[in-house]
Amino acid sequence: MIRFDNVYKRYPNGREALSGVTFRLERGELAFLTGPSGAGKSTLLRLVALIERPTRGTVLVNNQNTARLPRRKIPAYRQRLGVVFQDHKLLHDRSVFDNVALPLVIAGATRREIERRVRAALDQVGLLGRETHAPITLSTGEQQRVGIARAVAGRPDVLIADEPTGNLDPELSREVMRLFARFNEVGVTLLIATHDLELMEGMPHRRLQLINGQLATDGGKAA
Amino acid sequence: MSTWTGAPMRYLDLHRQSLSGSVRRLAGQPLATVMTLLVIAIALALPAGLRVLVSNLGAVSASWQNAADFTAYLKIDVTADRARALSREIEARDDVAEARLVDRASALADFRERSGLGEALAGLDGNPLPDALVIRPASGLDADVEAVAAAVRALPEVDVVRVDTAWVARLRAILALAGRVVNVATVLLGAAVAMVVGNTIRLEINQRRVEIEVIKLVGGSDGFVRRPFLYLGLCYGLGGAVVAAVVIAATLALLAAPVRTLAGLYGGDFALSGLSLSELLSLLAGGGLLGWVGAGLATARHLRAIEPT
Repeated sequence: MIRFDNVYKRYPNGREALSGVTFRLERGELAFLTGPSGAGKSTLLRLVALIERPTRGTVLVNNQNTARLPRRKIPAYRQRLGVVFQDHKLLHDRSVFDNVALPLVIAGATRREIERRVRAALDQVGLLGRETHAPITLSTGEQQRVGIARAVAGRPDVLIADEPTGNLDPELSREVMRLFARFNEVGVTLLIATHDLELMEGMPHRRLQLINGQLATDGGKAA
Repeated sequence: MSTWTGAPMRYLDLHRQSLSGSVRRLAGQPLATVMTLLVIAIALALPAGLRVLVSNLGAVSASWQNAADFTAYLKIDVTADRARALSREIEARDDVAEARLVDRASALADFRERSGLGEALAGLDGNPLPDALVIRPASGLDADVEAVAAAVRALPEVDVVRVDTAWVARLRAILALAGRVVNVATVLLGAAVAMVVGNTIRLEINQRRVEIEVIKLVGGSDGFVRRPFLYLGLCYGLGGAVVAAVVIAATLALLAAPVRTLAGLYGGDFALSGLSLSELLSLLAGGGLLGWVGAGLATARHLRAIEPT
């Protein structure tokens, strides 16, 4: 589903964020991307979301080579991808409903379909009944869950999350992780970047550890 | 709903949402919206108003088109009987519609009354004014008028013929020039409208940078991101045109009474005419189009530059 093949990413300022990263995430897999801050976790996710392109090497998502995707095809590519951001990236001039509905509106879903799927997504994150609220009136944890609802409302094949529990207390963090595990159970491929090792305790999933832009360990095995 | 009606309906629905979103956005910041609309309205009202003015002047000059009348002054020693006979003879010509005799006595009386020189004129011994014939040729064409004037000038009783159509020709030339000036002003101010809208949209884009990034991140295409801004431009242009139409109507209403008085002083019953329906529709269409184009230019330049980071 996601395949990195000897991927390098060097930023214009000369900093090499990723050096020779190779891994393969199968369909329906859930993996944690760990490592200290500055290790390249965000860069790796940005390559998947096509916010950046690799300097060298190939990134294949859904058998599509992201380096060869023309600019005009990026929107369609992103529509099949769910992204959860650490800072939620909610639109504060719109209601919770409109935020979650955004990817569906973009995809051109009918109004009835939008209603149904927004409700389903909000139900999954436990926020049904808050549709008309403004995001700003919600707690940080609730805002994060709205962001997750938006990421899954379009039923993406792949969901990537950058420090989704970064601003949450341990209880809320565990709740969010349980949510991700549930999505994984219904077949969604997930790649979750986090530095919260405690949180992953008791979760049997694969771990990719990045150190200085290189894959140090993969699933406990040496890379 | 079958699939073939589904897609266009969804498409229309998207556009409807963009449009209502734009209107809501304008209503959300009323002061800024009103200021921008006024600027656009003034820029549109100027050329449209000038156009109305020129077409009104054109209407006035058209009503003078039969003013091909000319005056033949008879020699001072022509008798009143001969003058009357002469006016009948000239009127009998095929190329003359009417010949009216203004005899020297009534000419003097008229002059005394209108000039306000009654006292001074009373000191004159005798009447210095000759009999005159006001002749209206059958045709208003300059060449025909000239032909009649030449024939009349050749009569032995006629002293001087004054053909005074030059000023009508001059007025028409001035109007043609004014029309050209209005066209140039229309182009310049139209460009100004597009630029004002473009600049407003550019500010709006900067203000909504975060929103644009998020929309692009969740898969919004350039077209999707662009659409609300195009509708915003359309709303500005159309709204400005509506205000411009109101401004023109209000101005004409203010001018109507003085114009009627002025026309009355010149013995006419001229009334100002406002924007015709087709002019009004062109104003609205032009305003909307300029707003759309201005927004299109601004979005083409600035939206591409905003990419998620």
